[in-house]
Amino acid sequence: MQAMTDHVFKALSDPTRRSIFEGLTRDGEQTVHALTRRAGISQPAVSKHLTVLKRAKLVRHRHEGRETHYSAQPQALAPLADWMSQYGVFWRERFDQLEKLLERMDK
Amino acid sequence: MTATTQTHSLVIEREMPHPQEKIWRALTEGSLIEAWLMKNDFQPQVGHRFQFRAAPVPNWNGIIDSEVLLVEPKSRLSYSWGSLGLETVVTWTLTPTEGGTHVRMEQTGFPSQEGPNYKGAKYGWRSFIGKLEHVVAEAN
Repeated sequence: MQAMTDHVFKALSDPTRRSIFEGLTRDGEQTVHALTRRAGISQPAVSKHLTVLKRAKLVRHRHEGRETHYSAQPQALAPLADWMSQYGVFWRERFDQLEKLLERMDK
Repeated sequence: MTATTQTHSLVIEREMPHPQEKIWRALTEGSLIEAWLMKNDFQPQVGHRFQFRAAPVPNWNGIIDSEVLLVEPKSRLSYSWGSLGLETVVTWTLTPTEGGTHVRMEQTGFPSQEGPNYKGAKYGWRSFIGKLEHVVAEAN
Protein backbone atom coordinates (compact mmCIF):
# COMPACT_ATOMS: atom_id res chain seq x y z
CA MET A 1 0.00 0.00 0.00
CA GLN A 2 2.79 2.40 0.92
CA ALA A 3 4.54 1.65 -2.37
CA MET A 4 1.32 2.33 -4.24
CA THR A 5 0.92 5.67 -2.46
CA ASP A 6 4.44 6.62 -3.47
CA HIS A 7 3.72 5.77 -7.08
CA VAL A 8 0.58 7.91 -7.05
CA PHE A 9 2.36 10.88 -5.48
CA LYS A 10 5.28 10.56 -7.84
CA ALA A 11 2.99 10.27 -10.84
CA LEU A 12 1.02 13.37 -9.89
CA SER A 13 4.00 15.46 -8.85
CA ASP A 14 4.72 16.27 -12.50
CA PRO A 15 2.57 18.93 -14.20
CA THR A 16 2.68 17.21 -17.61
CA ARG A 17 1.50 13.93 -16.12
CA ARG A 18 -1.20 15.71 -14.13
CA SER A 19 -2.38 17.34 -17.31
CA ILE A 20 -2.41 14.01 -19.20
CA PHE A 21 -4.31 12.37 -16.35
CA GLU A 22 -6.81 15.21 -16.11
CA GLY A 23 -7.33 15.16 -19.86
CA LEU A 24 -8.13 11.45 -19.74
CA THR A 25 -10.45 11.95 -16.79
CA ARG A 26 -12.25 14.79 -18.50
CA ASP A 27 -12.48 13.54 -22.05
CA GLY A 28 -12.32 9.78 -21.69
CA GLU A 29 -10.18 7.29 -23.52
CA GLN A 30 -7.57 8.56 -25.98
CA THR A 31 -4.85 7.16 -28.20
CA VAL A 32 -1.18 7.86 -27.62
CA HIS A 33 -1.21 9.89 -30.82
CA ALA A 34 -4.01 12.11 -29.60
CA LEU A 35 -2.32 12.53 -26.23
CA THR A 36 0.94 13.45 -27.95
CA ARG A 37 -0.76 16.12 -30.05
CA ARG A 38 -2.30 17.67 -26.96
CA ALA A 39 0.75 17.47 -24.76
CA GLY A 40 2.98 19.23 -27.28
CA ILE A 41 5.95 17.00 -26.48
CA SER A 42 7.46 14.02 -28.29
CA GLN A 43 5.71 10.69 -28.37
CA PRO A 44 8.54 8.91 -26.51
CA ALA A 45 8.21 11.55 -23.75
CA VAL A 46 4.45 11.00 -23.58
CA SER A 47 5.01 7.24 -23.45
CA LYS A 48 7.41 7.66 -20.54
CA HIS A 49 4.82 9.70 -18.66
CA LEU A 50 2.17 7.10 -19.41
CA THR A 51 4.42 4.39 -18.02
CA VAL A 52 4.72 6.30 -14.74
CA LEU A 53 0.94 6.81 -14.63
CA LYS A 54 0.43 3.14 -15.40
CA ARG A 55 2.71 2.07 -12.57
CA ALA A 56 0.56 4.15 -10.22
CA LYS A 57 -2.50 2.44 -11.74
CA LEU A 58 -3.86 5.89 -12.64
CA VAL A 59 -4.31 4.83 -16.27
CA ARG A 60 -4.76 1.59 -18.11
CA HIS A 61 -4.32 0.77 -21.76
CA ARG A 62 -5.66 -1.51 -24.41
CA HIS A 63 -4.47 -2.25 -27.92
CA GLU A 64 -6.73 -1.87 -30.90
CA GLY A 65 -5.13 -2.41 -34.25
CA ARG A 66 -1.95 -0.37 -34.31
CA GLU A 67 -3.16 2.10 -31.74
CA THR A 68 -2.82 1.98 -27.98
CA HIS A 69 -5.73 3.56 -26.15
CA TYR A 70 -5.36 4.95 -22.65
CA SER A 71 -8.06 5.64 -20.11
CA ALA A 72 -8.04 7.14 -16.60
CA GLN A 73 -8.49 4.98 -13.53
CA PRO A 74 -9.46 7.61 -10.98
CA GLN A 75 -10.06 5.09 -8.21
CA ALA A 76 -6.28 4.92 -7.99
CA LEU A 77 -6.51 8.33 -6.31
CA ALA A 78 -7.76 6.69 -3.13
CA PRO A 79 -4.32 7.01 -1.51
CA LEU A 80 -4.77 10.79 -1.71
CA ALA A 81 -7.89 10.51 0.38
CA ASP A 82 -5.95 8.43 2.87
CA TRP A 83 -3.29 11.12 2.83
CA MET A 84 -5.89 13.73 3.73
CA SER A 85 -7.20 11.62 6.56
CA GLN A 86 -3.62 11.27 7.79
CA TYR A 87 -3.45 15.07 7.86
CA GLY A 88 -6.56 15.03 10.05
CA VAL A 89 -4.72 12.88 12.56
CA PHE A 90 -1.57 14.98 12.15
CA TRP A 91 -3.26 18.29 12.95
CA ARG A 92 -5.23 16.96 15.90
CA GLU A 93 -1.98 15.75 17.44
CA ARG A 94 -0.40 19.13 16.76
CA PHE A 95 -3.34 20.89 18.40
CA ASP A 96 -2.68 18.77 21.50
CA GLN A 97 0.99 19.76 21.41
CA LEU A 98 0.04 23.41 20.97
CA GLU A 99 -2.18 23.29 24.05
CA LYS A 100 0.61 21.68 26.07
CA LEU A 101 2.97 24.42 24.95
CA LEU A 102 0.45 27.12 25.91
CA GLU A 103 0.24 25.64 29.40
CA ARG A 104 4.03 25.63 29.69
CA MET A 105 4.16 29.28 28.57
CA ASP A 106 2.15 30.19 31.69
CA LYS A 107 4.91 29.05 33.98
CA MET B 1 -4.01 20.51 -10.07
CA THR B 2 -5.57 22.93 -12.53
CA ALA B 3 -7.50 26.01 -11.60
CA THR B 4 -10.72 24.42 -12.78
CA THR B 5 -10.42 21.58 -10.30
CA GLN B 6 -12.49 22.07 -7.20
CA THR B 7 -10.81 21.26 -3.94
CA HIS B 8 -11.63 20.04 -0.50
CA SER B 9 -10.63 21.42 2.87
CA LEU B 10 -9.72 19.98 6.19
CA VAL B 11 -10.92 22.05 9.14
CA ILE B 12 -9.91 21.58 12.75
CA GLU B 13 -11.27 23.89 15.42
CA ARG B 14 -10.77 24.01 19.13
CA GLU B 15 -11.47 26.47 21.90
CA MET B 16 -8.41 27.06 24.05
CA PRO B 17 -8.45 28.71 27.50
CA HIS B 18 -5.66 31.10 26.60
CA PRO B 19 -5.54 34.71 25.42
CA GLN B 20 -5.38 35.42 21.71
CA GLU B 21 -2.01 37.22 21.96
CA LYS B 22 -0.38 34.21 23.51
CA ILE B 23 -1.69 31.79 20.90
CA TRP B 24 -0.59 34.19 18.18
CA ARG B 25 2.95 34.07 19.61
CA ALA B 26 2.86 30.26 19.57
CA LEU B 27 1.84 30.37 15.91
CA THR B 28 4.38 32.97 14.79
CA GLU B 29 7.59 32.73 16.85
CA GLY B 30 10.01 30.22 15.35
CA SER B 31 11.16 28.61 18.59
CA LEU B 32 7.59 28.30 19.86
CA ILE B 33 6.38 26.87 16.54
CA GLU B 34 9.11 24.27 16.79
CA ALA B 35 7.85 23.26 20.24
CA TRP B 36 4.48 22.09 18.90
CA LEU B 37 4.77 21.78 15.13
CA MET B 38 8.17 21.47 13.46
CA LYS B 39 11.59 23.04 13.06
CA ASN B 40 11.24 26.06 10.81
CA ASP B 41 12.66 29.34 9.62
CA PHE B 42 9.32 31.12 9.70
CA GLN B 43 9.07 34.91 9.77
CA PRO B 44 5.71 36.66 10.04
CA GLN B 45 6.16 38.58 6.78
CA VAL B 46 4.02 38.14 3.71
CA GLY B 47 6.12 36.72 0.88
CA HIS B 48 8.68 35.13 3.20
CA ARG B 49 9.64 31.67 1.92
CA PHE B 50 10.54 29.12 4.52
CA GLN B 51 10.59 25.45 5.34
CA PHE B 52 9.16 23.24 8.01
CA ARG B 53 11.47 20.33 8.69
CA ALA B 54 10.50 17.09 10.32
CA ALA B 55 12.64 14.02 10.78
CA PRO B 56 12.90 12.30 7.40
CA VAL B 57 11.01 9.03 7.08
CA PRO B 58 11.16 6.45 4.29
CA ASN B 59 9.89 8.03 1.08
CA TRP B 60 9.61 11.49 2.59
CA ASN B 61 12.47 13.92 3.16
CA GLY B 62 10.54 15.60 5.97
CA ILE B 63 10.54 18.99 4.27
CA ILE B 64 7.53 21.19 3.74
CA ASP B 65 8.09 24.20 1.48
CA SER B 66 6.08 27.20 2.49
CA GLU B 67 5.48 30.85 1.79
CA VAL B 68 3.72 33.29 4.08
CA LEU B 69 0.54 34.43 2.33
CA LEU B 70 -1.28 36.48 4.95
CA VAL B 71 -0.48 38.02 8.31
CA GLU B 72 -3.18 39.84 10.26
CA PRO B 73 -1.64 40.21 13.69
CA LYS B 74 -3.40 38.24 16.42
CA SER B 75 -6.18 37.07 14.16
CA ARG B 76 -5.21 35.50 10.85
CA LEU B 77 -2.18 33.73 9.46
CA SER B 78 -1.88 31.82 6.21
CA TYR B 79 0.95 29.96 4.54
CA SER B 80 1.34 27.55 1.66
CA TRP B 81 2.22 23.96 2.50
CA GLY B 82 4.05 22.15 -0.28
CA SER B 83 4.97 18.56 0.23
CA LEU B 84 5.22 15.46 -1.92
CA GLY B 85 4.35 17.41 -5.04
CA LEU B 86 1.04 18.73 -3.78
CA GLU B 87 0.53 22.24 -2.54
CA THR B 88 -2.13 23.09 -0.01
CA VAL B 89 -2.71 26.25 2.03
CA VAL B 90 -2.92 26.36 5.82
CA THR B 91 -4.88 29.22 7.36
CA TRP B 92 -5.17 29.95 11.06
CA THR B 93 -7.96 32.09 12.44
CA LEU B 94 -8.04 33.20 16.07
CA THR B 95 -11.26 34.61 17.53
CA PRO B 96 -11.52 35.77 21.15
CA THR B 97 -14.23 34.10 23.21
CA GLU B 98 -15.41 34.55 26.80
CA GLY B 99 -13.17 31.83 28.14
CA GLY B 100 -10.20 32.22 25.83
CA THR B 101 -9.75 31.87 22.11
CA HIS B 102 -11.35 29.90 19.33
CA VAL B 103 -8.59 28.41 17.17
CA ARG B 104 -9.45 27.36 13.64
CA MET B 105 -7.07 25.67 11.21
CA GLU B 106 -8.17 25.18 7.66
CA GLN B 107 -6.04 23.33 5.14
CA THR B 108 -7.35 23.91 1.64
CA GLY B 109 -6.44 22.64 -1.80
CA PHE B 110 -6.83 18.91 -1.45
CA PRO B 111 -7.62 17.68 -4.93
CA SER B 112 -11.17 16.75 -5.64
CA GLN B 113 -13.45 16.79 -8.59
CA GLU B 114 -17.04 17.83 -8.59
CA GLY B 115 -16.98 20.48 -11.27
CA PRO B 116 -18.60 20.34 -14.68
CA ASN B 117 -15.34 19.08 -16.15
CA TYR B 118 -15.82 15.79 -14.43
CA LYS B 119 -19.36 14.89 -15.43
CA GLY B 120 -18.07 11.53 -16.56
CA ALA B 121 -17.01 10.70 -13.05
CA LYS B 122 -17.15 7.07 -12.30
CA TYR B 123 -17.44 5.07 -9.15
CA GLY B 124 -13.85 5.68 -8.11
CA TRP B 125 -14.13 9.42 -8.11
CA ARG B 126 -17.32 9.35 -6.10
CA SER B 127 -15.82 7.07 -3.54
CA PHE B 128 -12.81 9.37 -3.36
CA ILE B 129 -14.97 12.43 -2.72
CA GLY B 130 -17.06 10.47 -0.24
CA LYS B 131 -13.97 9.68 1.75
CA LEU B 132 -12.84 13.28 1.73
CA GLU B 133 -16.19 14.53 2.92
CA HIS B 134 -16.14 11.95 5.66
CA VAL B 135 -12.79 13.26 6.83
CA VAL B 136 -13.98 16.84 6.78
CA ALA B 137 -17.12 15.95 8.71
CA GLU B 138 -15.02 14.19 11.31
CA ALA B 139 -12.71 17.16 11.57
CA ASN B 140 -15.65 19.44 12.24
